Amino acid sequence: MIETRDLTRSFGAKRVLAGVDLAVAPGESLCVIGQSGTGKSVLLKSILGLVPPDGGQVLWQGQPLDAARLPQFLTRFGMLFQGGALFDSLNVWQNVAFRLRQRMPDREARAIALDKLARVGLPPETADLMPAELSGGMAKRVGLARAIADDPAVIFFDEPTTGLDPIRARAIDALIRSIVTETGATAITITHDMRSVALIGDRVALLQNGRIAHIGPVAEMDSEPALAAFMGRATLVHR
Amino acid sequence: MVLTVLRSLGRPALAMLRGIGAVALFAARGLTRLRPFPGRALAQQIIQIGWLSLPVVGLTALFTGAALALQIHSGGARFQASDVVPAIVAIGMVRELGPVLGGLMVAARVASSIAAEIGTMRVTEQIDALVTLSTDPLRWLVTPRLWAAILSLPILVAVGDIIGIMGGWLVGTTSLGFTSARYIADSWAYLEGWDVLSGLIKGAVFGLVVALSGCWFGMRCARGAAGVGRATTSAVVAAAVGILAANFVLTGLFFR
Ligand SMILES: Nc1ncnc2c1ncn2[C@@H]1O[C@H](COP(=O)(O)OP(=O)(O)OP(=O)(O)O)[C@@H](O)[C@H]1O
Ligand SMILES: [Mg+2]
Repeated sequence: MIETRDLTRSFGAKRVLAGVDLAVAPGESLCVIGQSGTGKSVLLKSILGLVPPDGGQVLWQGQPLDAARLPQFLTRFGMLFQGGALFDSLNVWQNVAFRLRQRMPDREARAIALDKLARVGLPPETADLMPAELSGGMAKRVGLARAIADDPAVIFFDEPTTGLDPIRARAIDALIRSIVTETGATAITITHDMRSVALIGDRVALLQNGRIAHIGPVAEMDSEPALAAFMGRATLVHR
Repeated sequence: MVLTVLRSLGRPALAMLRGIGAVALFAARGLTRLRPFPGRALAQQIIQIGWLSLPVVGLTALFTGAALALQIHSGGARFQASDVVPAIVAIGMVRELGPVLGGLMVAARVASSIAAEIGTMRVTEQIDALVTLSTDPLRWLVTPRLWAAILSLPILVAVGDIIGIMGGWLVGTTSLGFTSARYIADSWAYLEGWDVLSGLIKGAVFGLVVALSGCWFGMRCARGAAGVGRATTSAVVAAAVGILAANFVLTGLFFR
């Protein structure tokens, strides 16, 4: 269970999070949508303390997720960053196996990395490339493989399908869904793509003006006026 | 009135103290995150910071030693003291010019590249990613660089000392009328162990100053390419000024 209570964060005079309340149950897949620049990425980072919140609380398993408990939380955690955030100095498989190599020999870690790369649709030849040699979409998928490499119990995906072609995007949606279903992982996925929401999410939350303007089951999202308004805008934006 | 003046003086002074405290804390943390020991990263950084700085430090020392020999010869002629060229070149290089110029050249080369590299990692979220992968960015990025610079600089300074003295010897024997044997004998004769050692200690301190400013400004880099540019510039300026200030303090401590 991950919860935020009245989470706030400003940058200078700009209030990005104005009191965010969220609760994600174990094994649940939550999709977060919202206009570009509303603070979706900031929300994920403030849950982790990477962007320290100005106020409010983050709870994990009912207890505050403070500096003392964060290391333990992180051992079972994976995250795909919006820009991939691959380490420039390591090649693809070393990036994917980064956490694995801390506790197993390279040969084993590499084998697992190759398997995860295959799951995100990357052939074994990519394993020895450097991040600088990858396209944007490939880097994204390597980041995804790294996020899921150690079978985390909690995963954050920041725009997993942005920059991918439609066929690849659906494949990644299916992968995320199957990870959640198979491993029982808790997932929070940020996306701009309503088809992804339909495929990945159990529930969907709309972030607007620094707050959760709507949260509800994905199955009911078509009849939700707040989402309809956002989707109307989203299709305009993306045309 | 008086209060306003005091306040306007006090606030920047406090801010400065706070800044110094923060940097000192950062350095202390960066220097002590040694477990598990980052051996491979340390070796890589010694190559980056030490080995690859050899050409620039060597050339700087060579020309400086040569110019110093010419200066002292012509200046010394006014007191009929041209004979002191080898001794003064040796002492001047070893105590002062070797460490300071070597440190400044390394500051230009290394502080900038450390700040750019770490700053880019900050901007592209690689440092955030390290944290989510249960890896301490300080231990992974800062510790190896600080120690590599501290260990490399004294060696660079020692090499620079030798090459600088050779530069003086080259000029001395080709155009100032010294015989090779006498130049070398005079260089040795007046040089004391402490002259050399103090220069090497200075080198180690300058190494810390260089790597620390690179890491500090890199880790605090603002967003965007402009942020990386500013971090790089700040790191070089801070490293250069820091070296000159530290040199003054150390010289005062060592040779009063
Ligand atoms: N480190 C920072 N310093 C200053 N402002 C920031 C910082 N990080 C984020 N912001 C601001 O916070 C706002 C929200 O940013 P965020 O990256 O969370 O948007 P987002 O919802 O993820 O958008 P997108 O869909 O485009 O990724 C933006 O206006 C951004 O300018
Ligand atoms: Mg974002």
